[in-house]
Amino acid sequence: MSERTRFGRFGGQYVPETLMAALDELQTAWLELREDNGFLDELRARQATFIGRPTPLYHAERLTEHFGGATIHFKREDLCHTGAHKLNNALGQAVLARRMGKKRIIAETGAGQHGVATATVCARFGLPCTVYMGAEDMRRQEVNVRRMRMLGAEVRPVSSGTATLKDATSEAIRDWVTNVRDTHYIIGSVVGPAPYPEMVRELQRVIGDEARHQYLASENTLPDTVVACVGGGSNSIGMFAGFVDDPSVELVGVEAGGLGVETGQHAAATVGGQAGVLHGSFSYILQDQFGQVLPTHSIAAGLDYPGVGPEHAMLAELGRASYVAVNDDEAVAAFKLCTRLEGIMPALETSHAIHHVGELAREMGPGARILLCFSGRGDKDMHTIESVSPTDMPVIGGPQ
Amino acid sequence: MTLSLPNQGGLSLIPYLMAGHPDLATTREIGRKLVNTGIAALELGIPYSDPLADGPVIQRAGQRALDAGATTEACLEVAADIAAERAAPVLLMTYVNPVLAYGPQRFARDAAQAGVAGVIIPDVPVEESAGIARTMTVAGLETVFLVAPTSPDDRIAAACAASTGFVYCVTVTGITGSRSALPTDVNALLAKVRTHTDLPVAAGFGISSAEQVSLLRGHADAAIVGSAIVNELDAGRDPGPLVRELLSACK
Ligand SMILES: Cc1ncc(COP(=O)(O)O)c(C=O)c1O
Repeated sequence: MSERTRFGRFGGQYVPETLMAALDELQTAWLELREDNGFLDELRARQATFIGRPTPLYHAERLTEHFGGATIHFKREDLCHTGAHKLNNALGQAVLARRMGKKRIIAETGAGQHGVATATVCARFGLPCTVYMGAEDMRRQEVNVRRMRMLGAEVRPVSSGTATLKDATSEAIRDWVTNVRDTHYIIGSVVGPAPYPEMVRELQRVIGDEARHQYLASENTLPDTVVACVGGGSNSIGMFAGFVDDPSVELVGVEAGGLGVETGQHAAATVGGQAGVLHGSFSYILQDQFGQVLPTHSIAAGLDYPGVGPEHAMLAELGRASYVAVNDDEAVAAFKLCTRLEGIMPALETSHAIHHVGELAREMGPGARILLCFSGRGDKDMHTIESVSPTDMPVIGGPQ
Repeated sequence: MTLSLPNQGGLSLIPYLMAGHPDLATTREIGRKLVNTGIAALELGIPYSDPLADGPVIQRAGQRALDAGATTEACLEVAADIAAERAAPVLLMTYVNPVLAYGPQRFARDAAQAGVAGVIIPDVPVEESAGIARTMTVAGLETVFLVAPTSPDDRIAAACAASTGFVYCVTVTGITGSRSALPTDVNALLAKVRTHTDLPVAAGFGISSAEQVSLLRGHADAAIVGSAIVNELDAGRDPGPLVRELLSACK
């Protein structure tokens, strides 16, 4: 299956031998099921009634007006059940795992959105579920920890290393190495060894396919630019998948610039990393000169990951997509702006992309068209926002 | 020094040390002593931040080593000092990313120059090994691949064909770390691996006691013991007595 494991020179399967047979089994099952009408029908039905798909395309009129430029639309993944695009993938993989006869599910989570999505599908299907989460992220995303436990999942704190998503992922892989015979590992993004990056993209491409169709239907044309935030890169690759074959559409991924890429305290692997291997695939990662994976920083737990999916590394190298970094404070300002102007509270992850949409809109000017993947809702981030800006929010052009 | 495990005769011992745990000087000192005790080889770990094949004991040791400044260069120096004893071959065990960052060719050349006999990189399965394994081989290093209880026959055959020096048979479905008991089908797996290769077969992962080692007599050519030794160092004890005990269980 080697020709299927790579995106250009990126990707691969750098995992302990114990997992290799399971990856083969997963690949085989996936290739079979993605052509299987029974599976696809089940998936479509569950997407409609459980996730709430299709999610709407939304014209962000007041942000459009505020930035005085390009027309801005949101693809509303925040309206997916559980509040983010993560459920698209978790649901698909859970249906797959059931068909493969797996008895137990594990997952890693950063912001908790993927953990909640996984705990949700496990509750729905009656599968025991263990979610690994960095101790630091458990503190930052406390509400999501409570949601997962309420749903019946076991949340295992990970205190090794930086106690964030990287370490939770390593720990989940070690669990999988140990329990590989009966356990399916639902990776939350387009990272990890093949076939995960390709499989998760296919489960997330519903975002881009719907959005393209909806955009054409309402605007009679394609957007000029499609923007999405990039943690591991699943909402963005799902969105990009719908437009990657439209050469006129520019694709832009927004990474977490943290305190500024130049400070070293960031999580922008494509913008500020080097090629290397992390969690089973060769891609851009943040590492020191000795190949040790570096601690990251982002105010958005879901972007706080030192790697990026291998397909993004390929798109960046080919120049088909471009990648930028947006800092913590810019994301916080965008969070407030969007909340006040549109009445939609974005996830802090999404807020990074919203900031960049503002920059682009001003630059591109009236008549241009921007489509944003609005990856998730921000209720989970209330706590963080309040802690960085405890008093009332400055209102920039909002209702007085 | 070349790697030559006694093949299908007796059982020999390969202890593991994490370079730089608790510090580089201790690894150098303990390593030099251990290679003179009659062990078949010493496996020396180069620490990595995200060791997917390792359990908590070795992971923690690696983190401590990194915190104490165990760079790849420094670990290679320690390897050279231990290899200079010319008492038992030294094998390096590390993950692919530190090797890529160092540069595979430079890594192979420096390891060979340090007198290292071979390398084990557990996150490079046969499928991903072409470039790296050739680079190591050209530099004169043995490349040891792993076989796991989950490996189907074709994978066992491929790992055996790609290995030089010996084949590393992972005895448990899981990560490194002591187990109270080894799976009952270990010897069946070892026997199956033997049908695919004439190379010596070493058993590792989960082996921590003299009793477990003695169960491998007549089945494996070598027993690899890691976490139990790292545990001794964690507790501030000299692992010498444990190694002597394990060695006598080999006989
Ligand atoms: C709302 C939201 N957006 C984006 C992300 C980043 O992940 P990805 O890049 O895989 O879409 C996360 C991750 O937790 C998230 O919760």
